Amino acid sequence: MNDQLNAEGGLHHFLTVEGMPRELLERILGTAESFSGVIEKSVKKVPLLRGRTVINLFFEPSTRTRTTFELAAKRLSADVLNINLATSATSKGESLLDMLRNLEAMQCDMFVVRHADSGAAHFIARHVAPHVSVVNAGDGRHAHPTQAMLDMYTIRRHKGDFEPLRVAIVGDILHSRVARSQIHALNGLGAGEVRVIAPRTLLPKDVDSLGTHVYHDIRRGLKDVDVVITLRLQKERMQGALLPSEQEYYQLYGISQERMALARSDAIVMHPGPINRGVEIESAVADGPQSVILNQVTNGIAVRMAVMSMCLEGRATPVEENA
Amino acid sequence: MTELPSVPELLDTLERDLRTLLHERGLDDPAMIGIHTGGAWVAADLHRRLALREPLGTLDIAFYRDDFSTRSLHPQVRPSSLPFPVEDRNIILIDDVIFSGRTIRAAMNEIFDYGRPRTIVLAALVDRGQRELPIAADITGYRVSLQPGEQIKLQGPDPLLLTLREST
Repeated sequence: MNDQLNAEGGLHHFLTVEGMPRELLERILGTAESFSGVIEKSVKKVPLLRGRTVINLFFEPSTRTRTTFELAAKRLSADVLNINLATSATSKGESLLDMLRNLEAMQCDMFVVRHADSGAAHFIARHVAPHVSVVNAGDGRHAHPTQAMLDMYTIRRHKGDFEPLRVAIVGDILHSRVARSQIHALNGLGAGEVRVIAPRTLLPKDVDSLGTHVYHDIRRGLKDVDVVITLRLQKERMQGALLPSEQEYYQLYGISQERMALARSDAIVMHPGPINRGVEIESAVADGPQSVILNQVTNGIAVRMAVMSMCLEGRATPVEENA
Repeated sequence: MTELPSVPELLDTLERDLRTLLHERGLDDPAMIGIHTGGAWVAADLHRRLALREPLGTLDIAFYRDDFSTRSLHPQVRPSSLPFPVEDRNIILIDDVIFSGRTIRAAMNEIFDYGRPRTIVLAALVDRGQRELPIAADITGYRVSLQPGEQIKLQGPDPLLLTLREST
């Protein structure tokens, strides 16, 4: 999937973590680290993308992701436009490609795309003008690469190197683009062991090919892990009787304080949000000392700043010293 | 090839001239900022010599460069750290080699994003001329004119050493 890289091997689009060279994943984390100081200034901005225009194209509702992309672009001094397509445009019968041509005619530099269909961001990336970058902000069940990278950044900040880590991803893997991207990112960064914990009905058919250890029993799955990633139960994507009831799901797979005691004592708990309290996670855990859920939100801004600036940076030229 | 002076001698000169300038201009309780990477090395030494009250600040001006559209971000940009309030402070800004003046412009832009300093004085270990912007150092350790294609570079951090090389 390397139509997202430019001729020099840098980012042009950011559509998926799958197949991304480890060096580039580490560069995203390193660049995000360097943006972490920006919020300490009284002017929480750097002038890096001054004069560039970023358009948030959201075909699916989102608050957190859209807001943090918007904030990231603004902290880079870009101009940002939010287009909520749940309410406009395509409902008038305009084709997606016509709409893209119109937005390109407004001289924008980047589309941040969220869509309910898998592959939507790739489709747009194939059809935009060559100077426009596309960042995938979630496409169907396929990928949510910036969410995965902010999760990696959060893990690295709390736990350091990936090699010795055992990471468990718990819940609705089947419908989760976040889980898919996380698994690719964890394997790409060399995490020691990646476990998925879920009922059979909420696992994708190809789970064995993803490079994970599968557990159906949560007590065995959580044993001695360093990181617990809880997923949201995606009620709106459920079709058919995949689950008996939310209560039963909580009984079998909910993350409670008692279950957290099976993980390492210094384990962290993560959740991509929004949380269904009492369904996939107990409030006492979500708000407890091991939770880094709000850190994930903060880290999302720095990681999205890194991805946006890396996509839009100039092509490499020889470095001139002491300029 | 030009004969290059030793860095410790230049640091002696910078220390002496800085003390004189701070005294003459009545710049009380200054805070010092070094520009990554070489400027931060020079600043660490001067900061110790002048026994300043506040910890040393460092800036990485990569996000403030004026040529982002034509070149890549340096892969290792360190977070800038100014561990003191900039507002209404007397600032000593330190760089290793001053050349076009663009780094200093970027550094001043970044400093102003932290607050409005009362004054900024600029000290550079080496001034190699060829300015492209109206910016001058208040204090310079060593002035040199280079042949076309020559580069002067500070190596460090221990020991600090000036080297001359042909650029490619």
